[in-house]
Amino acid sequence: MNALTLWFHKIGSPPMFYRIAGALGAWCYGVGLLLGLLGLYGGLVLAPPDYQQGDAFRIIFIHVPCAWMGLFAYFFMAANAFIALVWRIKLSEVLAMASAPVGAAFTFITLVTGSLWGKPMWGAWWTWDARLTSELVLLFIYLGIIGLYNAIEDRRQAARAAGFLALVGVVNIPIVHYSVNWWNTLHQGSTVRLMGPSKIDAAMLWPLLLMALATHLWFFGSLLARTRVGLLELDGGKEWVRAIALADGAAALADGAKHHG
Amino acid sequence: MVDFFAMGGYAGYVWPSYAVFFIVLAIDAVAPRLRRQRVLKELRGRLQRRTSRESHGAPT
Amino acid sequence: MTPGSTASACAALIRRDLTLVWRRRGDALNPILFALIVVALFPLALGPEPENLRRIAAGVVFVAILLAGLLALDTLFRGDYEDGSLEQLVLSPHSLSLLLACKIAVHWLTTALPLIVIAPLLGELLHLAEPVRWVLVLALLLATPLLSLLGAVCVALTVGMHRSGMLLALLVLPLYVPVLIFGAGACNAAQAALPYLAPLLWLGAALVLALVLAPLACAAALRISLS
Repeated sequence: MNALTLWFHKIGSPPMFYRIAGALGAWCYGVGLLLGLLGLYGGLVLAPPDYQQGDAFRIIFIHVPCAWMGLFAYFFMAANAFIALVWRIKLSEVLAMASAPVGAAFTFITLVTGSLWGKPMWGAWWTWDARLTSELVLLFIYLGIIGLYNAIEDRRQAARAAGFLALVGVVNIPIVHYSVNWWNTLHQGSTVRLMGPSKIDAAMLWPLLLMALATHLWFFGSLLARTRVGLLELDGGKEWVRAIALADGAAALADGAKHHG
Repeated sequence: MVDFFAMGGYAGYVWPSYAVFFIVLAIDAVAPRLRRQRVLKELRGRLQRRTSRESHGAPT
Repeated sequence: MTPGSTASACAALIRRDLTLVWRRRGDALNPILFALIVVALFPLALGPEPENLRRIAAGVVFVAILLAGLLALDTLFRGDYEDGSLEQLVLSPHSLSLLLACKIAVHWLTTALPLIVIAPLLGELLHLAEPVRWVLVLALLLATPLLSLLGAVCVALTVGMHRSGMLLALLVLPLYVPVLIFGAGACNAAQAALPYLAPLLWLGAALVLALVLAPLACAAALRISLS
């Protein structure tokens, strides 16, 4: 077996992944926070006000990265759900279910900040145009997946059922993304392109991209933390989890003694 | 400085947006920690019940 | 047909389901009554002016029938799950998706078709305009099988759960929203004397896709739930 395959299988083992995820997750959170603060400084302080929207446009530095993350999280969840259903890999099940709450959180932030941005710009807190409606539907899909996962007793079967639901709901993702092209919507069309020039000023683009990177890192930090807990729950009877539980208990006792003594 | 906080008159929309962002993501970061503590505590309790049963000679 | 063949299995299943519904034929009235009640609530809430009601008539009838269908969805697998015949169905050597397609078809015939038959009456209660009436029936003929097929996939995921009503509604809603948008959209377009063919064609296309894919997805979901 070559080194790559060996490494791949090692990563999939719960105790190994638990250790790696601990270190990696903390790093993701740290760097994400740093880049986020940098991006927010660029967006709030350095970038000039928009000629049309004034300072209200600065909501973009939160709204757009969260919107991107809501879609990315779903894609990540669906990919892992597919792997979990086809190859029955335990780690993929846990990863898929761990991404759901984070994706839902980002989608929620997108909807709320969008509403707060829409009120001064369009004069309405909400409108039923294609982009907003499909984003709301995305939130409902997330909540349905989380609800289904929590409703089934056996964790592995629950992950498979909720993962299946995630795959069924994948059709909504292209609808959310392309809704501004396919329908006449109030919402703005895409201005940032992956290939070719973007229709946004450079001083506003770099904080936006930095925030996008920061939210990606934050997503992975949260995902890894949740995956660690998920692995603990799944492998509750195994030796490696018992060792961690006891070590954690000893640490808690030592802390208590330090505070009382 | 006052201008910065006034956000050109849109402060009532911009700052709550940023607040929602920080609060929701903070909750999202703290929740797994709390759950981890709860899970480990429950596991310890289960382990203790099992070892006490075994030490008292009861069948597991 | 030869006994033991897939065709005879399907025929037997259809005959069984129809017989079971016939034995509780009073229950078949429940979706109709529910839809009637929902429609009746709107004039009471919004006032009886025909002009107001006419504007929302098609949409309200659509939503009422959608909700009635949602309530009826639970009966698709519940009886069979509780007496163990659902597991026998999953274990049978015949194609599970085909058998499920037969079950869904019988379910649609006995719950949705009566609703479509009374749809003109429901429309009349809300002063629905005459030319829109038949567009409404056509849209429902295309939309309700879609709703049954999509709903069946979600019911398969929650089969056996005790209080799954709210969860089922949450799961099914994102899938129902596009169907409602196109179906009611066609009716509203007809009411405004605009072309209404396009949404109906979209519904038709989705229905054809669902006829092929939904039974397969339903079978996979059922296997996951019963594993």
